[in-house]
Amino acid sequence: MEFNHYILVCGGTGCESSKADDIYRNLLKECEAQGVKDSVQVVKTGCFGFCEQGPIVKILPEESFYVQVKPDDARELIAEHIVKGRQVERLLYDQEKTRRLTGIEDIQFYQKQLRVVLRNCGVINPENIDEYIAREGYAALEKAIFEMTPDEVVEELKTSGLRGRGGAGFPTWMKWKFTKQVQEEEKYIVCNADEGDPGAYMDRSTLEGDPHNVLEAMAIAGHTVGAKQGYIYIRAEYPLAINRLNKAIEQALDYGLLGENILGSDFSFNIELRLGAGAFVCGEETALLASVEGERGMPRPRPPFPAVKGLWNKPTVINNVETWANIPVILLRGANWFSNIGTDKSKGTKVFALTGKINNSGLVEVPMGTPLRDIINDIGGGIKDGKAFKAVQTGGPSGGVITSEFLDTPIDYEHLQELGSIMGSGGMIVMDEDDCMVDVAKFYLGFTVDESCGKCAPCRVGGRKLLNILERISKGQGSRQDLQKLKDIGEAMKRAALCGLGQTAPNPILSTMKYFEDEYLEHIDEQYCRAGKCKELVTYTINPENCIGCGICARRCPVNAISGEKRQPHEIDQALCIKCGECYNACKFDAVIVK
Amino acid sequence: MAVREVDIDFSQDLLDYIEVWKEKPGNLIMMLHRIQEEFGYIPREAAIKLTHLTGVPLAKVYGVVTFYHFFKLEKPGKHKIQVCMGTACYLKGGEDLIQELENLLGIGVNQTTEDEEFSVEAVRCVGCCGLAPVIVVDGEVYGKLKKDQLPEILAKHRGE
Ligand SMILES: Cc1cc2nc3c(=O)[nH]c(=O)nc-3n(C[C@H](O)[C@H](O)[C@H](O)COP(=O)(O)O)c2cc1C
Ligand code: FES
Repeated sequence: MEFNHYILVCGGTGCESSKADDIYRNLLKECEAQGVKDSVQVVKTGCFGFCEQGPIVKILPEESFYVQVKPDDARELIAEHIVKGRQVERLLYDQEKTRRLTGIEDIQFYQKQLRVVLRNCGVINPENIDEYIAREGYAALEKAIFEMTPDEVVEELKTSGLRGRGGAGFPTWMKWKFTKQVQEEEKYIVCNADEGDPGAYMDRSTLEGDPHNVLEAMAIAGHTVGAKQGYIYIRAEYPLAINRLNKAIEQALDYGLLGENILGSDFSFNIELRLGAGAFVCGEETALLASVEGERGMPRPRPPFPAVKGLWNKPTVINNVETWANIPVILLRGANWFSNIGTDKSKGTKVFALTGKINNSGLVEVPMGTPLRDIINDIGGGIKDGKAFKAVQTGGPSGGVITSEFLDTPIDYEHLQELGSIMGSGGMIVMDEDDCMVDVAKFYLGFTVDESCGKCAPCRVGGRKLLNILERISKGQGSRQDLQKLKDIGEAMKRAALCGLGQTAPNPILSTMKYFEDEYLEHIDEQYCRAGKCKELVTYTINPENCIGCGICARRCPVNAISGEKRQPHEIDQALCIKCGECYNACKFDAVIVK
Repeated sequence: MAVREVDIDFSQDLLDYIEVWKEKPGNLIMMLHRIQEEFGYIPREAAIKLTHLTGVPLAKVYGVVTFYHFFKLEKPGKHKIQVCMGTACYLKGGEDLIQELENLLGIGVNQTTEDEEFSVEAVRCVGCCGLAPVIVVDGEVYGKLKKDQLPEILAKHRGE
């Protein structure tokens, strides 16, 4: 049936939590009430990426892009846009505060993006396999089974230049080839959907917005290397993604696209989910395999690599969600199309979760080689509240910071590594002048120490030592020798730790020390934290010149450390002050000074 | 070894689930998830009962339960508050939210109020980083949160 209008409602986790579900239901209700239900189709899609402006509703064919929609806006959207054919101006995206924009192509957030991995997110209903099929879904699987030999598939991946998106950037075709070469009856395909980097949600959105894409890719791998069983290892913290994957698997089984004799061929392939249980180390591939086996998630030494001895010691292809999501489109459009995107050694696009002190938080996909500056200024719309940019962190707890002087660096595997960071899985966290680099390093290290599995001493002991030193420095009790110790221990861990977790745990420290040594020295020599983050090092005082004695700070102070007569300048008792910053936030006259 | 009787009832659903998964390879974590779904944590009796049903040694069950943060050994409050302490939320004031919850409820991280209404837990990224800082109460996500919104949120859930 043809509809006059299609209304797409974002059903990603971010928007769902901002009542997208209620919006969806109200839109259906209003369509019915206003008598247009037969000419309008309302669809819940995956993430549009522009999370900062969510919940998002897009209406086709006009391509009207409505932002920050509330459930109560449903009536007006139907009455005005659908019934009377007039756009609801007040809900359109207001880019320059003067001119409201209608469609995506005008919005700066989208202009430098290229959607390959996310091509279906925000376009189709992820819970309906027909919509995926209508966008050439499962055509790549068909091609791989009936028109290509397994060797041709591997060759195509090789020509495409696709490298793993889970962190290390290992060429995907090589893993497949290794597994394919081993003569074994049983082989496995695994999807790494553990997404451990805190502050990143690319894989979650990909699975929520386009689950069949990953299923199709895994089946292609199964056919290519000769595996019959696939597992998706996904974090239990992602209930919506789990739910959509389960539905997708069911539908694919129904359609004969998974299960026995796929598409009538003699190839059979099944996929099951395995849930993670909140251990970061399980993102590391050997630990992940132990976890799929139902054991404690401890890493094993490599080699042997999983490609040869993986799950239950059988040859196993393990790839990241985003890596998988690239594969069907490569087979369909050809390796050459893909390898034309990106740089010399890093092909295709990369999805980043752009978060932190940035105006447009969201999910962005750009060609490899895009300068960081474009991502932060053009797509991200610059720093929040007019503050000064300090650094951007990539690669999560295994990565490092990039400072303003390197903003023109093209983003790809090689360049990030040169700068002492890594591509990682795609977390990109923007920091401003209010963020303290010692504190950031301490945050990441606290994370890795928490998450260390304890199997090897360099990580278990070394990490703890590093954290102790950082804690000392952040309290103003550090010494200059401590800096050397940080370096020595860090370098030793890099060399001696058993798995990637311990080997990369010192990176946030080494990288912040490299670029922000002055901040470390200020903490050590002057007991001073310029960002005002390290609580032990700040003092709050009241400037009598500015204080009008309104008393709001005294009322807000949780420990009654502030006193003074009405309309007279107040004072803070330093012995009582717990440095919570309430007075600073409360004062409307800039009378509270942080030093 | 004499099989000790345990005093805990599993729902029929849970028993069916275990029956199906019992034979599958790598099943332990999945069964524990299902048990925690039913009880909100892994009660000792449930762990023992699982060993009776499946033959997995108790030491192994506890080895796995204690390795993974997601599994809880203590009963949480009626309403579960998860404060995100992922990087994005940390930078945007996740710690202040924990502090404010402590002011309001009198409990810190990994504690439960005396009336067993609320428990507070710090989690690592719930995948809504665009909305940082984020808390999740009984599965409902609250984003771009300011601490003065907390009393209202607590009141809403206390009523449920
Ligand atoms: C500590 C640690 C955590 C990791 N976490 C993840 C993760 O959350 N997701 C992921 O895809 N890869 C993660 N990796 C990388 C995996 O070990 C592995 O390289 C990846 O799954 C391979 O897939 P790819 O070739 O498609 O990138 C992690 C590695 C380490 C050392
Ligand atoms: S860091 Fe809090 S939701 Fe990701």
